[in-house]
Amino acid sequence: MLAACFTKTDCPEVVCSMADFVRLEYDIDGENFTSAGEASVKVKRSLRQMGFDPETIRKVSVSMYEGEINMVIHADGGKATVDIYDDRIVIVLADRGPGIPDIDLAMQAGYSTAPDNIRSLGFGAGMGLPNMAKYTDEMKIESEVGVGTTVTMVVKV
Amino acid sequence: MNSTNDEKVNLTAEYHSYMTDAITHSVMLDRDKCKGCTNCIKHCPTEAIRVRDGHARIENKRCIDCGECIRACQYKAKKAIYDRFEDFADYKYKIALPAPSLYGQFEEVNDLDAMLSALVELGFDDVFEVARAAEMVSEYTRKYLERNDSLPSPVISSACPVIVRLISIRYPLLLDNILPVMPPIEVAARVARKEALEKHPELSDEDICVLFISPCPAKASYVKNPLGVKKSAVSGVLSIGEMFFKMRAAMKTMREEKVQAQSGIIGISWAGTSGEASALFNEKYLAADGIENVIKVLDEIDNGNIRNLDFVELNACNGGCVGGVLNVENPYIAKARLQTLRRYLPVSLNRMGDQRLDSYEWDSLPEPEPVSKLSDDRHEAMRMMREIVAITHTLPGIDCGSCGAPTCRALAEDIVKGRAVADDCVFMMRDKLLKQCASLTQTEEKGETT
Repeated sequence: MLAACFTKTDCPEVVCSMADFVRLEYDIDGENFTSAGEASVKVKRSLRQMGFDPETIRKVSVSMYEGEINMVIHADGGKATVDIYDDRIVIVLADRGPGIPDIDLAMQAGYSTAPDNIRSLGFGAGMGLPNMAKYTDEMKIESEVGVGTTVTMVVKV
Repeated sequence: MNSTNDEKVNLTAEYHSYMTDAITHSVMLDRDKCKGCTNCIKHCPTEAIRVRDGHARIENKRCIDCGECIRACQYKAKKAIYDRFEDFADYKYKIALPAPSLYGQFEEVNDLDAMLSALVELGFDDVFEVARAAEMVSEYTRKYLERNDSLPSPVISSACPVIVRLISIRYPLLLDNILPVMPPIEVAARVARKEALEKHPELSDEDICVLFISPCPAKASYVKNPLGVKKSAVSGVLSIGEMFFKMRAAMKTMREEKVQAQSGIIGISWAGTSGEASALFNEKYLAADGIENVIKVLDEIDNGNIRNLDFVELNACNGGCVGGVLNVENPYIAKARLQTLRRYLPVSLNRMGDQRLDSYEWDSLPEPEPVSKLSDDRHEAMRMMREIVAITHTLPGIDCGSCGAPTCRALAEDIVKGRAVADDCVFMMRDKLLKQCASLTQTEEKGETT
């Protein structure tokens, strides 16, 4: 079931010549839970080097961190692509995991399907997706059960 | 009197002027001893060191004086810069400020009074224990945490100057979280000066020198480039390692004890990790030590992942101040010894009383220093970042350090900044040479067939 449709042509952000943005790409390793969150630290470092303001950097790194953790917990990892423009940062997190059957339910604060072993580490409070929405200016979830999920987030500068 | 100091400053200027900057650091390179190996660049937490022309160089504005390169250098080419007691002979009144970690250095001595009296024996007119000021700062912190509900959470200790510098260059949003009170070394210097002037009305402030006996070079940098205050009341920083031998000798010949220790368990415990935090009588704290661990904790706080904590104590050195590079004793042995030394002491002997600690609050918050920024112009910075990403992809990605940069990514940054070339990478160079050889052979073969 295609829960929410969001294709690249709908997204004006990608209609842009290569010279205008910086693309950072990361493979999120689903095998290794201890390395979860490392990509967002790298993105943070790069944004600092490009002189983005601390508030923007925090929004990007928090929302990306939550998304990264989600991909590791639920989807055996995936791919993160961060496109940096001078007025906005677009984060695309794509996985080939189980998909989200009910996105509205998943978006509810406190709703979680994280397994117990993950909860014992302090994750699984059901705040991942709500936090991602809270820290970004736009968020879209494209998900198909059995195929995977793609979350696209935009932080305006 | 200042000739030795000037010499040191010149050496620093020579080896550290990689980037022009106002900050004077306290780590210098002995060029004759430096073999140009890559141990130090791999251990620098801020990637401040490069090996160029066979020698290590420290990028001034990135150095946070953590001392990791001193620890890492097997050739002892990295040295801490500190003052010598002899350089201050001209002052009328000399006050020693022993760090709490000093107490843990002496194997045979279990008498704090003897250690402090040795300082007087060596020529100091008075001794003011930094542990005393630490107890005052602990009291201030307890009150600060109580009175402010709207504090940025968690409050981060301001005691380790390496941490404050690290936050100012890398975590600008966390500057507001730092406890806005001067570190114990500064409070101690100010209270000691005040007490000396009260005891000796004939003295003026210029007659007094206050010398900190330090476990780390970062404190020497702090005094030269104070954080949160305009000018430090500390006149100079001596090394525990150097004073240790003098003090040991003095204790052997000393006839009587002239000074009484005035610190309690809390003050002495500041020498090790969680000493400061546990003095708050509030279990909602975190104490981390070792610069790599500290960076991980700061990343987590910066991301908002550490909740429900009131206080965070961070120490750059393993084990806390007992782990500083100027100490002589193994940090864990020193810490164990401190546990014995403090055993029958009162919990705390120093209260703020009429020493109103409000007057020891910072003059101003440390400024953010975005040292990693590629360019002030966003478009230029983005252009450079695109190049960095592209070049990083062409590099082997094994972070071998042979080029003199700590990682392939760091080399890519150096190339884009015009400080290195792709041929500095031995693998790129090898491929280039192989290709040239191949094309030469081809040309030769062609020549033979015709």
